[in-house]
Amino acid sequence: MSAAAPQTGLFDCRDAYVATLEALGAQNSSIVAVVNDSVGSSKLGKFREKFPERLINVGIAEQNMIGVGAGLANGGKVAFVSGASCFLTGRSLEQVKADVAYSQANVKLCGISSGVAYGELGPTHHSIEDVAWLRTMGNIDIIVPADPWETEQAIRHAAATEGPVFIRISRMGVPALERPTDAQFQIGKAEVLHAGDDAAILANGTVVCRALEAAKTLAAEGIQARVVNMSSMSPIDEAAILSAAQTGAIVTAEEHSVRGGLGGAVAEIIAQHTPCRLKILGFAGFQPTGSAEFLMEQAGLTADHIAASVRKLLDR
Amino acid sequence: MSMPQPLSQSGADTAQRVAHVRDMARWIRQRALRMAFEAGQGHPGGDLSVTDILATLYFDAMRYDPANPRWAGRDRFILSKGHATGALYSTLAKAGFFPEDELTTYMQPLSRLNGHPNRVKIPGVETNTGPLGHGMPIAVGIAIAGQIDAGQNGRADYRVFVTTGDGELQEGSNWEAAMTAGHRKLSNLTLIVDRNRLQQGAPTEETVTLEPLADKWRAFGWDVEEIDGHDIAALLPLLDGSLARAKPLCIIANTVKGKGVSFMENKAAWHHGIPNAEQFAQAMQELEA
Repeated sequence: MSAAAPQTGLFDCRDAYVATLEALGAQNSSIVAVVNDSVGSSKLGKFREKFPERLINVGIAEQNMIGVGAGLANGGKVAFVSGASCFLTGRSLEQVKADVAYSQANVKLCGISSGVAYGELGPTHHSIEDVAWLRTMGNIDIIVPADPWETEQAIRHAAATEGPVFIRISRMGVPALERPTDAQFQIGKAEVLHAGDDAAILANGTVVCRALEAAKTLAAEGIQARVVNMSSMSPIDEAAILSAAQTGAIVTAEEHSVRGGLGGAVAEIIAQHTPCRLKILGFAGFQPTGSAEFLMEQAGLTADHIAASVRKLLDR
Repeated sequence: MSMPQPLSQSGADTAQRVAHVRDMARWIRQRALRMAFEAGQGHPGGDLSVTDILATLYFDAMRYDPANPRWAGRDRFILSKGHATGALYSTLAKAGFFPEDELTTYMQPLSRLNGHPNRVKIPGVETNTGPLGHGMPIAVGIAIAGQIDAGQNGRADYRVFVTTGDGELQEGSNWEAAMTAGHRKLSNLTLIVDRNRLQQGAPTEETVTLEPLADKWRAFGWDVEEIDGHDIAALLPLLDGSLARAKPLCIIANTVKGKGVSFMENKAAWHHGIPNAEQFAQAMQELEA
């Protein structure tokens, strides 16, 4: 495992996930959790203590896990299906497609330890393809929260909305982002976290805090870079992307493959409507071994490299 | 609301029940074959093998309300061999979930009756099957929900039925679900294996051996009954819920692919073969019997 104990001021978003699920579970007896022997890695031990009948462990059987989740939904339950994102999406992709997305089942897929959280364990355990796989299906909400607050909002949205949702949850420590007190999460809406019209940095998940840091560095140099949190990957906020394109330069940054994720989505939209300079930061393919932080650095998913990418697009 | 009453609970005697199911099965077979003939596509062999199972479930055993297809207390049926839509759609139409006239749109452009069922569009369909090995996990999930809710919140206890093909049991996901069902002793779950012994191109036992199939299910913690899957009188007591059980039940229904049409019976070519006009006329005549 790459992650040491979270540093001061950094949060593991799994904690926000389970705390929210426990709170919602206390209010709504229809909420159930389904796991593939992943009670520990999904941090659902307390949920099981509180609601033993509502924690369904199907064992190491991901295809079955998704189908069981869809079946529980058929029986009137709100099924939160949690497992390591690499297996939850990859091993059972056809179940996600047919049983959940196409069937419009009321299933909430919680992909835990997504991205390169399991850095040293290698590409079998990295989940840098999940958003690309699910994004093609169109009728499943996809949320990549950036911090604990947004993780809680994503879980609340999923519980309150009938239909399929995929929530991509990291275990890398992230800071709590500063937001106005009346901030609201809205599916399909991007969130401008830093204003600017010289360029735009579009990011989601664990990279948003790095994009903000990059924007601060650039601001000190006189470059005003807008930072947009693209946590809602499907539906995606096309207006926010087209507005970002008006700056003339977009850098996308995500803990995901450079193919088919946020960068791909942005390219699809701007290429057809408002072409502009674009740099996609992410993972170019299967990754070598190394800690999550090492892999992020290698891929240029650091504040320094994001800032450098903006400068390069602006020829500065 | 008043609870819909299945024929099995109506006080009708066995002979009446069998006769009614047979009538329905005859109608379903003819209708399904006409659908495949008119569409020029479909899976007549599997439609004809599964028909008696469907007819027994929908016209004797199951509790449902076509006017309220998502009624929480309904018994559920999942056709895991989702390609047998000729039989399934005919059954659902006859049961009142949608107009019989609509069956003429089978696989026509923009029809909701596509080659595999879609729950979002068709009342009475519980989940979208088609790729094999999907029905069992979903049925297990519904049965777990039923187990959690049994006797609670004013909910009626419901039963869950799933039919797989036999070749389909080569998909590993079935056995993942079988383990879960056995472990949790899902006595509200019944699997009916449409054991026609043929998969798309060849006998199951020549493709990948399934036998000893009953032993496999017993080893996974299930009760097993083996019957002639066209013997309505044998199906009735296994499906009507009259026998209390402590485990999930697997019924191995030995069936005949293409049942009722002499030249289709036990021929793999009729998995998705379509009769010409002459063959169709002969088949309809034989199915009238």
